[in-house]
Amino acid sequence: MKILVCISNVPDTTSKINFTEGDTKFDTNGVQFVINPNDEFGLTRAMWFKEKQGATVHVVNVGGAQTEPTIRKALAIGADEAIRVNAEPTDGFFVAQQLAEVVKNGEYDLIIAGRESIDYNGGMVPGILATLLNINFVNTCIGLEIEGNTATAIREIDGGKEKISTSLPLVIGGQKGLVEESDLRIPNMRGIMMARKKALNVVEPVEATQPTQDQKFEKPAAKGPVKLVDAGNVGELVELLHNEAKVI
Amino acid sequence: MSVLVYTESLKGKFKKNAFEVASYAHKVAQDLGTTVTAVSFNAEDDASLGTYGVSKVLKISDDSLATFNAKAYADVLAQAAKAEDTKVIILSSSADSKFLAPILTAKLTAGYVPNVVAAPESTSPFIVKRTAFSNKGFALTEISSDIKIIGVSSNAFGVVENSVSASVEDFVPSLGDNAFAVKSVEVDRIVGKATIADADIVVSGGRGLKGPENWGMIEELADVLGAATACSKPVSDMGWRPHSEHVGQTGKPVASNLYIAIGISGAIQHLAGTNASKVKVVINNDPEAPFFKAADYGIVGDAFEVVPKLIEKLKEFKAQNA
Repeated sequence: MKILVCISNVPDTTSKINFTEGDTKFDTNGVQFVINPNDEFGLTRAMWFKEKQGATVHVVNVGGAQTEPTIRKALAIGADEAIRVNAEPTDGFFVAQQLAEVVKNGEYDLIIAGRESIDYNGGMVPGILATLLNINFVNTCIGLEIEGNTATAIREIDGGKEKISTSLPLVIGGQKGLVEESDLRIPNMRGIMMARKKALNVVEPVEATQPTQDQKFEKPAAKGPVKLVDAGNVGELVELLHNEAKVI
Repeated sequence: MSVLVYTESLKGKFKKNAFEVASYAHKVAQDLGTTVTAVSFNAEDDASLGTYGVSKVLKISDDSLATFNAKAYADVLAQAAKAEDTKVIILSSSADSKFLAPILTAKLTAGYVPNVVAAPESTSPFIVKRTAFSNKGFALTEISSDIKIIGVSSNAFGVVENSVSASVEDFVPSLGDNAFAVKSVEVDRIVGKATIADADIVVSGGRGLKGPENWGMIEELADVLGAATACSKPVSDMGWRPHSEHVGQTGKPVASNLYIAIGISGAIQHLAGTNASKVKVVINNDPEAPFFKAADYGIVGDAFEVVPKLIEKLKEFKAQNA
């Protein structure tokens, strides 16, 4: 089985979010970039398939040269090879078209992406990718087993979960649950050394449409201070929620 | 040229988000000088959509579509969009809508913007406001493609009545076997309880509750309020509560009117999931808990004393306001 894990290079969760150039760009100043958390769960599941079922695992990222430390981290975790499509990922449809080209050239059986990136939260890349390739797709995937050509997936739905049966080739929009948080791996020294020798192939983007453009960014309005209610006077909270906040 | 809206239903009944997306679609249709056409799957009371501004319903009655199937539903919506010569399609932010929207986007070579929080800023150029950076920012995004797909954030635009008379027409899609290549085998859904996705109020518990055996009072509080129950990441990681209740960056986002956090310190990953909620109440015995900075109302105190008192006061309030 040949697996492609799609990773986004995103600001670390604790990053302060600011905008620059007249609020038209995300301010990367002082921001630490990481593998998108939803992708990291998928990468770890791919490692499981590699170790238990002999799968080959490649990772791909659409981004500029500045994303290479994040790609190297994925290699240090255990991916065999990496591909970087040399383009700025400014639109989900554009990114999906670039990935479709990589999948066609690499003949992958299973493509694992995160359900969404934690920066732009578009959540569209895996579904568009699968549809462009006319292959099967399961989103918000929290469990995945592969047996020969058959895939059994668990999908998280609103208020529960759904068991799904389908076949390879398959695209997954993954998230926590594919593996647990405690299964995530921190690269060790040996992994980091080995990653330096692994192939990181840079390919140029194909021509693609870009149907959306972010014109401007805004920060949410600053919040007022919390109104504290005395623990001995809980009735006041009920009063405030009813008369002031009007939510009960 | 009508604005097309996907109105979700479960076991024949429209979900609340169906009325919300219909309301949104009505606003867009007004801006564009056109009308709203809804696509409904095996729903019972199609004409009721007229209350929210839908003038035509394409009604699908098909047993093979009784259970949601993203590919098949997207095929149906694409066919309906062609039949109506639609340029704008409105969907919700439910797990199902977010599953089918990208499929539909690729089929129609459309531009898709999810997490939209307000009516379009302008329709020429077509610009919408959406959340980004896990609710730590907003983006004004232009859609320049011919066909535009908008995913409306839950509880952002709201349900607005604009009564018109809705005509109901049968719509028979043509679906090949390939539409069902991803098969639902079993659906395990909590019934008779509000879910995090559509509840007006969410009651959430954290590690401060000390163990799963103490969730009785959380459930009782939720019952009194008609709320959904939720939890923080450590709680789901330790298996005290199911993963489907985990709110936060890697869990579910909450966009309720009221979010009550009990024994949750407020790690930044958790706050990322709660930012879209309108009013936040924090109950915690640690006055330094970071969640107090993000909250509207707070009580510093022992949850095991405060929550039972809150339940009692709410019951009194309900009795007086019944």
